[in-house]
Amino acid sequence: MVKTASRPKILVENLSVHYPDGTESLRNISLQIPKNAITVLFGPAGGGKSTLLRTFNRLNDLVEGTRYSGKVLLDEQDILSPALDLVALRRRVGMVFAQPVPLPMTVRENMTYGLELAGERRRRNLDRAIEEGLQAAALWEEMKDRLDEPAHAMSGGQQQRLCLARVLAQQPEVILLDEPTSGLDPISTAKVEDSLQSIKKKYTVVIVPHSVQQAARLADWAGFFYQGDLIEWGEGKNLFVAPKEKRTEDYVTGRFG
Amino acid sequence: MRVSRTVTQRIAFALLTAIMALTVLAILAIITYIFWNGLPAISLEFLSAMPSNGMREGGIWPAIVGTVILTIGTAVIAVPIGLLAAIYLSEYASDSPFTRTIRIAIVNLSGIPSVVYGLFGLALFVLFLGFGSSILASCLTLAIMTLPVIISTAEEALRSVPQSFRVVSISMGGTRWQTIWRIVLPQALPGILTGVILGLERAAGETAPILFTGAAFFLPQLPQSIFDETMALPYHLFVISTQVPGMPVQLQYGTALVLLIFVLAMNLIATFIRSYFRRKRQW
Amino acid sequence: MVRNRKLYEAIIQFLIRVCGYSAVLFVAAIFIFLLQAGLPALVEIAPSSLLGLRWYPITTQYGLLPLLYGSFIITFGAAIFSIPFGIATAVFIAEVAPRWMREVLKPFVEILAGLPSVVLGFLGYLVLAPLIRTTLNLPTGLTALTGSILLAAMALPTIVSVAEDALDAVPKSYRDGALALGATKWQTIWRVTLPAARSGVLTAVMLGVGRAIGETMAVMMVTGNAAQIRWDGLFYPARTMTATIAAEMGEVASGDVHYRVLFLIAIILFLITFIVNLIASSMLIRAKKRAERMLS
Repeated sequence: MVKTASRPKILVENLSVHYPDGTESLRNISLQIPKNAITVLFGPAGGGKSTLLRTFNRLNDLVEGTRYSGKVLLDEQDILSPALDLVALRRRVGMVFAQPVPLPMTVRENMTYGLELAGERRRRNLDRAIEEGLQAAALWEEMKDRLDEPAHAMSGGQQQRLCLARVLAQQPEVILLDEPTSGLDPISTAKVEDSLQSIKKKYTVVIVPHSVQQAARLADWAGFFYQGDLIEWGEGKNLFVAPKEKRTEDYVTGRFG
Repeated sequence: MRVSRTVTQRIAFALLTAIMALTVLAILAIITYIFWNGLPAISLEFLSAMPSNGMREGGIWPAIVGTVILTIGTAVIAVPIGLLAAIYLSEYASDSPFTRTIRIAIVNLSGIPSVVYGLFGLALFVLFLGFGSSILASCLTLAIMTLPVIISTAEEALRSVPQSFRVVSISMGGTRWQTIWRIVLPQALPGILTGVILGLERAAGETAPILFTGAAFFLPQLPQSIFDETMALPYHLFVISTQVPGMPVQLQYGTALVLLIFVLAMNLIATFIRSYFRRKRQW
Repeated sequence: MVRNRKLYEAIIQFLIRVCGYSAVLFVAAIFIFLLQAGLPALVEIAPSSLLGLRWYPITTQYGLLPLLYGSFIITFGAAIFSIPFGIATAVFIAEVAPRWMREVLKPFVEILAGLPSVVLGFLGYLVLAPLIRTTLNLPTGLTALTGSILLAAMALPTIVSVAEDALDAVPKSYRDGALALGATKWQTIWRVTLPAARSGVLTAVMLGVGRAIGETMAVMMVTGNAAQIRWDGLFYPARTMTATIAAEMGEVASGDVHYRVLFLIAIILFLITFIVNLIASSMLIRAKKRAERMLS
């Protein structure tokens, strides 16, 4: 297992995730997510990548009967503990989903939703968060005069970047993205990828890409998942150019998909 | 001789259209007939004056007031309970045998004859709890009767809100109740309102549940408290059309018309809310 | 601050849960109170007397059969009118009418559903009854038939809306498949869509009939309220269980035999509608599950 230089943001040790019907979605996974970098989880469908992503913000809990075994530490804190404050965790670990989900409100209200959940009411702080979040997602110029329009009237690409900005407005530590550009055109996709490259300086980014090419473009670190197992893990440049495992190489070169 | 398929289809469709037209015509005829015969009786005096001469003259003001009071009272009791129950079923309940029991109970409540509700109201509220024949007893009885409609339509409205909103809210650190209060409930509100109004429409027009629990035919003055009896339009119409000899027919139609307008107005408001907000939906 | 929020949420969740359970509580309460008030009648009156043919409370004759007969014959008559009309209307709205017409017709049916029972009874008493008396040359227009017609009008919206939902739920692929094979629109409806919606339509009919059995005011005003059993009872006055309760409850003293028998009748009504609605709703749930399985 390749170790990163400094302390990892998320440490995963022997993690297994079981669904209520007994099937195992992840089998004995161990890895380390480094700080301030883009980590890519890729592989064919059913590999467990989304399950791992949703373990990091305990969103798997929404499926009744999901069971975890092993350890997942976020900055030394075990986030699998049953006593964990899930609300606090989810404020530290934000998520962008595959389909853009603009909340049925204005752009402004979308941006302040997370802060208002936490009880923030001061106009100054909210306005500042709106501008900073939209700036970080490269949406500020487009949106600054349209803040009070309904969010669902925006284009698909704008909506998805709004979802990213919405997460950033909460100042999380980790940002999880589950195939965020699968429904977007190439220009919007490029904009999202550029945003990720710039925000990784402040945040830890974990992304499930929707194509191997996107994985290769973005990865500082990458993990190849196949049917619940972690097959290979390494630095982005190495994994895609000279993979060690045959299955990784087969997948990366498109021999199966 | 084989009848061709197109001929069969034409006959079938003609028959269906005729039946539909008959139904629509019948409904229109009922409404028109009551308007035609009742409108002459409608005057400011009729609507706002107290009855006199053993109900054969004067106005129906106390009956109108009574129906309004009963409808509001029913709403005050049934809406909070029904809405919270719908939230439970839509947002909190899992698919367990007990949840299925709750649903069976709701279906049951919706099928109980209104006169059985009246008897239950008599036994529990009037006699056992000692409220006596009163507005309170009638409202409680009507509220339980209206509960299943409110629960069913509210639950459907809540369920129609896309699940993705809830997931997003939870992923941002929202609790279940915050998600319901800030997103699900506001989005489901038009559907809930429609259901509530339609439920109250039925409560306003019902006679049997208030027959033994709080309705009276002749009261010298308006009710002063919830422990008083009250007049009500449906009961008033029932009595003056079948029990009072020498009752002027026009006043009967007038009373029927007022009740009809009350009910139709609620129907129209509910339909309007439903179609207006469907267009404005943000998903 | 956080502890306050957690307490607040816990209280709200408790209230929600209690209200969620309330429906079961109310059904149980209704059943218990009916039993408590009505069962003693079985002790005070010999069951064989309850099965008698004469309902004359004044002479302490509490034969329930004429009442059961009255309810049955009026409901049966209502079914004969409302089932074909209801299904035909539902088919028209769901399968034949163009979109714009549907948006007009559905509110119309809803208006009929909203008409108070007493208003229909009123019209029945003043208009329908005399009409029936003159056209059919009967001694009085207050007959079971009159009640059946009114009940049919009241059961119709229930049948139409549930049947229409059932027809709507038939997957489009069924219709498209039939049409692709060369069937006409009517053949598709008659041979494919309707049979596919069979259980939903049956449920609609059951719920409509259940509604008819439970009707009170309209029948009380137009059926003449004579508790009798005749082979041609449709054209003569009859009395339903519901009308009996409504008409006589005002004249009884709490606790006496008559009072208890009326509650006994209410128990019978409760059980009938309980069973009918139970069967209907379980059919609906089963049909929905089947549809989900097929479409997934």
